[in-house]
Amino acid sequence: MRLKSLAASSALGLLAGALFSGSAFAQQITVYCGDNDCDTMRMIADRFEAEHPGMSINFELVSYQAILEALPVQLESGEGPDAAVVTDLGGLSRYYLDISEYVDSDFFEDEFGGTLIWLRGANPGSDAINGMPFTLTVNGGYVNLTLFEQAGVPLPEEGATWDEWAEATSQVAAATGTEFAMSMDRSGHRFASLAISHGAELVDEEGNPVVDEGLRLAVEKFVDWHQTGVMPMDLWGAVGGATHRELFSDFLNANVVMYFGGSWALWQMDAEVGDLFDWKVIDAPCGPGSCTVMPGGGALVGFAHTRHPEVVGAWIGYLAQPENMREVVSTLVEIPAGRTLVEDGVDYPTASERTQEALATFTNQIPKMAPAAYRFQGWRFQRAMMNALTTRISQVLNNELSIDAALDRIAQDVNLAIEAAAGT
Amino acid sequence: MSTTNWVSRAGFGLMSLPARVIEPVMSGVQRLIGIKRMPWFFLIPNLTAVMLFALLPVLINVFYSLTGSDRLYPQDRPWVGGRNYETLFDCTNYLDPSTCSRDLFWRALGNTLTFVPIQVVCMIGIALITALCLNREIRGRGFFRGVFFFPVMLSPVVVALTWQWILQRNGALNGIFSAIGLNPVNWLVFPNTAFFWSVFVTVWAHMGFYTIILLAGLQAIPRDVYEAAKMDSASNWRVFTKITLPLLRPVLLVVFILSMIRSVQTFDELYILTGGGPGSATMLMVQYIYEIGFAIQPRNFGLAAAASLLLGAALLVFTAIQLHLSRRAQNG
Amino acid sequence: MVDVTLARKSAPSGTFSWLFARRGRQGFDWSDALTYGFLLLGVLVMFTPVLWVVISSFKTPANLSEFPPTVLPYSAERVEVEGYAQPLPLFEVAGEDGEVRLLAQIRRVGLNAQMIDPQDVEAGPFTVPVASAVPLRQVNFVLENYTNLLVGQGGDIWRYVYNSLFITVVATVITLIMNSMAAFALSKYKFRGRNVALLAILATLMIPATVVLVPTYLIVAQLGLVGNLWGVILPTVATPTGVFLLRQYMLTIPDELIEAARMDHASEWRIFWRIILPLSSPALAVVAIFSILSRWNDFLLPLIVLNRREVFTLQLALASYQNENEIRYDLLLSMTTLTALPLALSFIFLQRYITSGIASTGIK
Repeated sequence: MRLKSLAASSALGLLAGALFSGSAFAQQITVYCGDNDCDTMRMIADRFEAEHPGMSINFELVSYQAILEALPVQLESGEGPDAAVVTDLGGLSRYYLDISEYVDSDFFEDEFGGTLIWLRGANPGSDAINGMPFTLTVNGGYVNLTLFEQAGVPLPEEGATWDEWAEATSQVAAATGTEFAMSMDRSGHRFASLAISHGAELVDEEGNPVVDEGLRLAVEKFVDWHQTGVMPMDLWGAVGGATHRELFSDFLNANVVMYFGGSWALWQMDAEVGDLFDWKVIDAPCGPGSCTVMPGGGALVGFAHTRHPEVVGAWIGYLAQPENMREVVSTLVEIPAGRTLVEDGVDYPTASERTQEALATFTNQIPKMAPAAYRFQGWRFQRAMMNALTTRISQVLNNELSIDAALDRIAQDVNLAIEAAAGT
Repeated sequence: MSTTNWVSRAGFGLMSLPARVIEPVMSGVQRLIGIKRMPWFFLIPNLTAVMLFALLPVLINVFYSLTGSDRLYPQDRPWVGGRNYETLFDCTNYLDPSTCSRDLFWRALGNTLTFVPIQVVCMIGIALITALCLNREIRGRGFFRGVFFFPVMLSPVVVALTWQWILQRNGALNGIFSAIGLNPVNWLVFPNTAFFWSVFVTVWAHMGFYTIILLAGLQAIPRDVYEAAKMDSASNWRVFTKITLPLLRPVLLVVFILSMIRSVQTFDELYILTGGGPGSATMLMVQYIYEIGFAIQPRNFGLAAAASLLLGAALLVFTAIQLHLSRRAQNG
Repeated sequence: MVDVTLARKSAPSGTFSWLFARRGRQGFDWSDALTYGFLLLGVLVMFTPVLWVVISSFKTPANLSEFPPTVLPYSAERVEVEGYAQPLPLFEVAGEDGEVRLLAQIRRVGLNAQMIDPQDVEAGPFTVPVASAVPLRQVNFVLENYTNLLVGQGGDIWRYVYNSLFITVVATVITLIMNSMAAFALSKYKFRGRNVALLAILATLMIPATVVLVPTYLIVAQLGLVGNLWGVILPTVATPTGVFLLRQYMLTIPDELIEAARMDHASEWRIFWRIILPLSSPALAVVAIFSILSRWNDFLLPLIVLNRREVFTLQLALASYQNENEIRYDLLLSMTTLTALPLALSFIFLQRYITSGIASTGIK
């Protein structure tokens, strides 16, 4: 059914494009989006097109790599799409279109305030509206309840610290013969959750990198967990450089008691674990600083070179309406980003009970996030910092660097990136 | 075999059709510009494409290396002079990477200098043995050729992910190890084993290509040379060293140079297999360049271009020496 | 047998002389045994991983992420039970008396599972400790990885195949002609500037393709070829590898042949087209294979240059499922199997030229 309408609409789109290209009739814009995002937006775009005669939207399904590597190059030469769902929110900010004259700015500020700041990049104080958060992801820990039950260890309550989790999962691993107690994606973003919970600032108000005692504490603990076998060396130990690496299959196969990943892995739980064991998503483990898990995800933005800014603006304004976003979030089984939806909650008719519970837990973490987490997520040099974190911590784990030297290197790496970007 | 002949005859038949039209035109060209200029006529199309899509990008890279910022278009980039080169060479002690401002550049350089000779020697050795085997009258030659060539057809991503699956803690190799009573090894966690498997996997993935080139070279050695040697009842070893090897030399040179260049440029497989780890034990130059220039926003094209030009210059010098030596050997 | 005994006497490394023995002898001896031994070992090392890729492409995602991995694709056996909307997975459950029963699992809570006997639904569900239940599985080659991959493309799949084929064929033909022309000039003529030209072509080999990607895109954009298949074809045709390989090969073709042809008043083009090209067919086949492989598998340049779905190549279209945080092994494996198939076929076809080339035309 959907396929048919998809084919029909794309054929129509092609036809319209061929007949009216350049004429006043077809104000068609092209939007880059990923796998499921395109299908979901298409459903809403059908209504949009019916309500806005003369405007049409063409969705181009592209790979994540295309968004990451090809899009910036295309934008620089003015060849890119009119809008796209992007993840490097701050890095691309100089290409964004300000749609504030086409949408209700107050509504956008109220609904998506935090994300709008991320999209403004170097000018967080401006009142430009560049787009809207499309889907939100949240880092989080998955625990194997069956293993806890078998070991007879009580599950740490909400508000438990990382140390308490390390202690409890280690007991479980020892009692049940599980290979490892805890595991974490090899990603600077995941590590930032641990670091900010331990009080690290990572970036200050002026956008300079901060290497503080909080970061040192987090690195020290993290290294200790690897040296004592609480965490496997396979991810942070064995892999080098900026490479992202996950080993969620370890959790799916009950080889690790707790896995720190993110909300995007949720679909695998129903599909692949099924009844093999009981699991849940835990509340953010705490540190001396806060109980923070990093937010992430994609935003729908318009680009300044578009020939139809009014269509881009109208479309983003249309999609941002709570009833439309509710449909998106519910269909994609994602975490809501807009204030209205966070407050009212979203139903997920297609998800299992356990998944719904997990989604609720993820959503509950949003108000607990430290301000540093928001600041870090919107920082233009976030990726430089995250890369420095993965590279240097892996070197510490392999005795190539001392912790002191690694912290110096992290600051130095980010400062070099800032200098290079400024061209000085 | 008969189908091959049929196909090849049909192929050449097709080729001769436009040839009938082209040949008179080409003789006309030759009369017009004279035989002396014909080599240039043959060269120009390729040379134009090389200039436009290979040399010009390198020149743009030279410009990148002397400018800053993360902008793409040369006109948007401010001039910084030799800053990028200075940053790379900013060391207190060149023998100790940790004293350098860009320590990873030097670590990557050191790793590349160990990786390349080992990998090239293994690659050529194994490819040559395989080509010699495949050149014999054996049953199922086509099948064996296909088998050795197959990995070349896989994309680097798949090669890396496949071997990752084999080598990881709970992977297939450790499964076999424990089945035959050996202790499992976490292959990619230790620098030495990770280095070994880096060489192994890259040889696995690319040796088929060189085997085919060497095989083509072996096939090109006319049979009557061997017939003559047989008359003289020369030993196999003598035939190999006195006939096969010398006649194979131009092809061996190709294989040597190509495999060296591609070995220096090794990137995709290792980027996914080890990411340059553990620590920085298998981080090679191209990964370093990729990470500073592409993987991390904002992209530092200037530094990446500077590093790549240094790499290219070093390779060029090596290749020139190699070509020079081989010419000397040929003439002397 | 004669040369073998001779080899034993005279060769310094007699143990390896089997390797240097040539083709064309009768009978089966120990050197053949060693050859086969080496090749079979090669098959094991080279082919097993490839075979795994193909077999695994028929596994379900759950089966793929399993440790230890299974050799063959398995899936859980399910059974329709009255009163339950979904088919339930079957388990072999050992009772306390040691009797093994076939039960369907309704749900699982912690260490216990609620099961029902599909033969005897009236008896109602009862609780079974998980430790005593073994899932019943059967070998099952699932095609879903393939259908998911293809259905996601809608009816456009043939368009992508066409684009990929167009790029591969056109680029390869142009590459072969241009490279062999250049190689001919660089190997069979002596002229001023020859070494400079050779060096210029070789020098371009030295810069990794990843590094010149951005400048290349800028040039393509200046030529107005963004979103055009020619924008991917043109930058790749001047492969220095091809020129270098063909040149080295043509060096081995005796100059006497050319001299003789010139005596017969053959034009230079005729010499190139009628003598040099046919004699170079093994090297041409290698260059063709290489070009087909690289064009078909090309990813980075098309990713940037081909910005609309109508001009997507197969690789680009099939890669659309990738996302930020995970690798979809299921789709990746089926995509690999699917795209490597045409390559395998073209290789089987072309590799015969490598064998038959010289042997049949022959330099007499």
